[in-house]
Amino acid sequence: MIRCSVHGVSVWGPGLPGWAASEAVLAGSSPWEAAECAVPAPALLSPTERRRAGATTRLALAAAAEATEAEPDRAALETVFSSANGDGAVVGALMEALQAEEVALSPTQFHNSVHNAAAGYWHIAVGSTHPSLSLGGHDAAFGAGLLAAAASASVRGGPVLLCAYDVPMPAPLHGARPTAFPFAAALVLRQADSPGARAVLELTPRPGPAPEASPDDALMALETGNPAARALPLLRALAARRDSVQRLASGPESHLELRCIPC
Amino acid sequence: MSGRASPWPLAISARTVVTALGAGVEPLRAALRDRASGLAPARFPGAPDGIWTGEVPGLEEAAPPPELAGFDCRNNRIAELALRADGFAEAVREVAARHGAHRIAVVVGTSTAGIEETEQAYRRRPEGQAELPADFDYGRTHDLQALPRYLQSRLGLTGPALVISTACTSGARAIMEAATLIAAGVADAVVAGGVDSLCRLTLQGFNALELLSRGPTRPCAGDRDGISIGEAAGLLLLERPADAPPGATLLLGAGASSDGHHMSSPHPEGLGAVSAMRAALDCAGIAPEEIGYVNLHGTGTRANDAMEDRAVHHLFGQAVPCSSTKGWTGHTLGASGAIEAVIGALCVEEGLVPGCLRVDSPDPEFRSDIVTENRAAPLRRVLSNSFGFGGSNCSLVIGRPA
Repeated sequence: MIRCSVHGVSVWGPGLPGWAASEAVLAGSSPWEAAECAVPAPALLSPTERRRAGATTRLALAAAAEATEAEPDRAALETVFSSANGDGAVVGALMEALQAEEVALSPTQFHNSVHNAAAGYWHIAVGSTHPSLSLGGHDAAFGAGLLAAAASASVRGGPVLLCAYDVPMPAPLHGARPTAFPFAAALVLRQADSPGARAVLELTPRPGPAPEASPDDALMALETGNPAARALPLLRALAARRDSVQRLASGPESHLELRCIPC
Repeated sequence: MSGRASPWPLAISARTVVTALGAGVEPLRAALRDRASGLAPARFPGAPDGIWTGEVPGLEEAAPPPELAGFDCRNNRIAELALRADGFAEAVREVAARHGAHRIAVVVGTSTAGIEETEQAYRRRPEGQAELPADFDYGRTHDLQALPRYLQSRLGLTGPALVISTACTSGARAIMEAATLIAAGVADAVVAGGVDSLCRLTLQGFNALELLSRGPTRPCAGDRDGISIGEAAGLLLLERPADAPPGATLLLGAGASSDGHHMSSPHPEGLGAVSAMRAALDCAGIAPEEIGYVNLHGTGTRANDAMEDRAVHHLFGQAVPCSSTKGWTGHTLGASGAIEAVIGALCVEEGLVPGCLRVDSPDPEFRSDIVTENRAAPLRRVLSNSFGFGGSNCSLVIGRPA
């Protein structure tokens, strides 16, 4: 079992415009209402980098920025960026460009197509030289990221930013890999005994797939619409300060038994 | 788990590689000794004119078993060749029987997974059809997770699985995180490494960045002109030394850093590279002078090799022989850190420092000890570097205990 503590947290998704505005909704004390989520411009990026960063990176950076608001030094965090689809807009545009008779790819698009682009922009934005991991994981990308981030916090001991994000891909990729809406979730994790924690997490990998989500309300129905929205049960437990045990998809042949203990 | 457990060292209980030199460790070992390159003029359809690549032979014979046919794509075929070679699949099954299939994790890196299947799907569309063909299986080919999912299905493993995609450090970073999972107590052994395959996206993308060599790559040469892209798989079976075959070569440490500088240009002074190398040495608990050979990232681009020379010189001065082995395999992107970890182990086992191929003399501006001929040397420890877009750096230390 891996133990770690949760400090900062963020969410951006339909009707969930940032943790501060969404905590009561997630806790169940205010109703959730479907609404498109307007992501703020990435204030931490320089104007040049801001122009280069696409919607996927902007979403990831919005979540990363909010989750780290209380951190004394953002540059001191290791990071884990987790995304199933990566930057679908960039990958889709490059796939189209490869169909041309005379192929001429955009150099900027090509280096933005790497899966660790959002992580790269974050480390540039905050001037961090700490290690960074970028993961995929299809529908289990959030759980895989949580496992990697928690393992890192517990073994290497330093604070870790986990940022999970996904954005619908353009056609025709969208038809082969549908994602219903943009969603991002971010957490700052530390060793289990760290002061000032919001909650302690206990993660135990278990063989076999996680049980299918059975949404009991409209908010939970979001869970299967975007890989990053698989964070919702945990985000709700954190918001409600509720002791809970969940089963979270984290890989093709395994899942996490995840206990969340409020502090 | 309470407190921090050190992951180091880990034993390399089994290893396998697939490169342009063929499937398995033996062709690579022989080629290193004989200074025989696997690079050739590009045959890959849609490759830019006049470039050389490191294409893996024998992929037409490497289809997945029928029950896993949905995974069929170039990347998984290279993974399949790796599983068949070097007794690797058998070694994993033996370890799974010992520890339990749910205690064996898979942590692998790839930059593009099976995206080549998607490129084909775009081209396969009938005139006027926007949608991709109905038989295109995104999840088992293009998706990054297709790689660990294929390996788990093929090996019958049910432990945690991570797929890491940090551009050209993916394979090295996967090996580092494998150690993290063992130290965290959630795995007893890990299948770790990387697989990447030729595709138009990377060939044309590096071409757009004007980073492709117009012949075989010549890392560290004064007139080097870029990368030759290759494809490869490198997989290690990592366990605690007490669980491993006696005398197994060790993974002694790993370190990572970010540049936080620029998306596609390395920090000119190599600050990120220095901190990754230093972190790896610190993990291993050894001083720079205890390294006998540095296997450079050495891509053959002007910027990478110059930056890396400065970074290596900063830590090692002129005291440690260095070279890039990309003249043999090409730059295999997300697999490079994994195959070069195997090369590092081979160098220790053979007592060999492989000098850069096709380089008469190193760049006169370089200050490190760049080796251009093979040298016999009693090596105990090798440091292997990987650097990538997005400012990602990772170094591994491989060899024998102090």
